[in-house]
Amino acid sequence: MSAVDQHNPSASHLPDKHGRFGDFGGRFVPETLTRALDELESEYESAKKDPDFQRQLDELLKSFVGRPSPIYHAKRLSEKAGGAQIWFKREDLNHTGAHKINNTLGQALLTIRMGKQRVIAETGAGQHGVATATACAHFGLPCVVYMGAEDVRRQKPNVFSMKLMGAEVCPVTSGSKTLRDAVNEAMRDWMASVENTHYIIGSVIGPHPFPMMVRDFQSVIGREARQQCLDVMQRLPDTVVACVGGGSNAAGMFYPFIEDSEVELVGVEAGGLSSAPGQNASPLTHGMPGVLHGSYSYVLQDEDGQTAPVHSVSAGLDYPGVGPEHSYWKDSGRVRYTECQDGQALEMFDTVARTEGILPALETSHAIAKAMEIAGEMDSHQVVLVCLSGRGDKDAAEIARLKGLEDPT
Amino acid sequence: MQSFVGQVEGHYRDGVRLSSASFSQTPSFSLIILTHPQSKLPMSAIDDRFSELRAQNRKAFIPFVTAGDPNLEVTARALKLLSASGCAIGEVGIPYSDPIADGPVIQASYTRALDAGTKLHDIFAMVAKTIPELSMPLVSMVSYSIIQRIGAEAYLQQAKAAGFSGAIVPDLLVEEAGSLRSLCRQHDFSLIHLVTPTTPRERMLRIAESSSGFIYFVSVTGITGERNELPSDLLDQVAWLRERTELPICIGFGISTPEHVRRLAPVADGLIVGSAIVRRLSENQDADRALANVEALVREMIDAMMAAC
Ligand SMILES: Cc1ncc(COP(=O)(O)O)c(C=O)c1O
Repeated sequence: MSAVDQHNPSASHLPDKHGRFGDFGGRFVPETLTRALDELESEYESAKKDPDFQRQLDELLKSFVGRPSPIYHAKRLSEKAGGAQIWFKREDLNHTGAHKINNTLGQALLTIRMGKQRVIAETGAGQHGVATATACAHFGLPCVVYMGAEDVRRQKPNVFSMKLMGAEVCPVTSGSKTLRDAVNEAMRDWMASVENTHYIIGSVIGPHPFPMMVRDFQSVIGREARQQCLDVMQRLPDTVVACVGGGSNAAGMFYPFIEDSEVELVGVEAGGLSSAPGQNASPLTHGMPGVLHGSYSYVLQDEDGQTAPVHSVSAGLDYPGVGPEHSYWKDSGRVRYTECQDGQALEMFDTVARTEGILPALETSHAIAKAMEIAGEMDSHQVVLVCLSGRGDKDAAEIARLKGLEDPT
Repeated sequence: MQSFVGQVEGHYRDGVRLSSASFSQTPSFSLIILTHPQSKLPMSAIDDRFSELRAQNRKAFIPFVTAGDPNLEVTARALKLLSASGCAIGEVGIPYSDPIADGPVIQASYTRALDAGTKLHDIFAMVAKTIPELSMPLVSMVSYSIIQRIGAEAYLQQAKAAGFSGAIVPDLLVEEAGSLRSLCRQHDFSLIHLVTPTTPRERMLRIAESSSGFIYFVSVTGITGERNELPSDLLDQVAWLRERTELPICIGFGISTPEHVRRLAPVADGLIVGSAIVRRLSENQDADRALANVEALVREMIDAMMAAC
């Protein structure tokens, strides 16, 4: 199986050459970045066709990340749901504990191919920051990670890991001090450093070619999972569920199933505290198409086009926008998007810990909570496959704080 | 005042000059317009202004202010003062929540304006009320996120009705500009594109083709903000483009001292100064003092510009 999608007959052919998924996507960035985006696009196209690049990436994914990640039948959780079998695609078992590393290794290799000497990244939960710092340490590239000050606080263990691996972590104090502001700050750095620096975006967001490229690097999740289902159960799952922040684990999980029309795909956004404006981070559920961070996609904004405040207990989902391909999948009806609120996700974190011996990331807990609901309505011979996008060690301290317990770290 | 740059009688409404000094004595410039490669170019007050300036061998000093920082009354006062001080064109920043191309000073100013509750329709209302008292046309600096949300046609109609003559859309590339460009042409509204030091030369020409009013030449690879040094090859870059387009070229980003103005004025048709003005407007709680500081800076820069050309 190749790491980058090359001749996958079941893959859809979007985006078009302008980076559009239907109406969505495109490039809405300052002129300063155009040349770097063009260069990235052509370098990526040539890397995709280069067997050496494929081999290097496959090898890294195997020996450094530990791929393939297994699928796992969560039997006690399935029992609790009282319906379909719930299976996890274990991205939490990857090196660094989440799916993010699939993308950062690919982009770090591209950085080297392009002859760029420095890497920057944004991070919310810190998983992408850690995965970028890891890839950079592996290749000996200097790395600067922008992280909202609020996220620095609530994802402390990841901040320390990044620093241990030699990355510089820059807390961002503008705006809401979360993921959206970290993206702004990383883009501004890139505006000035674009000639020697690559910006490793952590999700399927941003200007073309990022949404396509990050999806391709993450598609290893769905490709493996699809084959594993066929090998282990001799069938495809009935439903595939993933959480959606920017949408990278979901895109990587869904994309290889897109043409399997019998497989239901469900994306779970952060429902926050309520459906009221400012109380959630669910652009596909409560937003409208608009432009944010370089692409046209569903976004939470006010009637003047100003990005709206958002809330989620989970730093990785606390983002007002979403990747353009998800907007396309939503409007075309191929993927169903729903939301899960803070309380339900926190409760599921506990439930999975106790019934399965797995601490899922708070982001992932959103997906599992919805998967439980969906499975509960189905028969025991049916299969719900959840992308277990990451592990929850990073969330332990914040959960303790929310519960009024002492910080265990 | 004799050191006025581009000061003319008259005022602007609907982006069209109602009364002004005659520019009939500038046949050579009319010829330039007629021979421009574009068949149907919009003619806005920006074009008029540059024909006057060129006829008088003058350069445009273009200040940037954020609408609504600290409030729209002060913005209106600032615009009147800038106009009276001899600024040729005014650039009004429509505050946006996520400005990628802006440095800390303008970002913070946008945040203050939005936190103060500045809405687009209030900005348009302020401009409509103020423009009769201005002798300089106005362009809006506006994120495409805002235009997209309002709708390109609605934005154009409202902006034009308020008195704007054009728009600079810093996050709209030529490739994505097609429909806005044709709307602007229909409405005689200038669409001012940016070129940057990272823009390949053949692309600069495409951008020039797509622009109207003037071309915004970004001086640095980076974001807005005051700087000590400007790139050494900037003059050559501008000179290269100067040879290949008849559109006015205005340089902006980082210009913060009279020395910068002296160096750049000879090669450009205009200079744009943002952060240095926005910072002075915000540094002082007292609006009168803040405005006096802005006026002092602008007069110093305009003098430097006059002396250099
Ligand atoms: C474990 C985990 N899952 C999901 C996400 C959300 O990102 P995406 O929607 O791009 O997968 C994050 C982001 O930080 C994460 O750390």
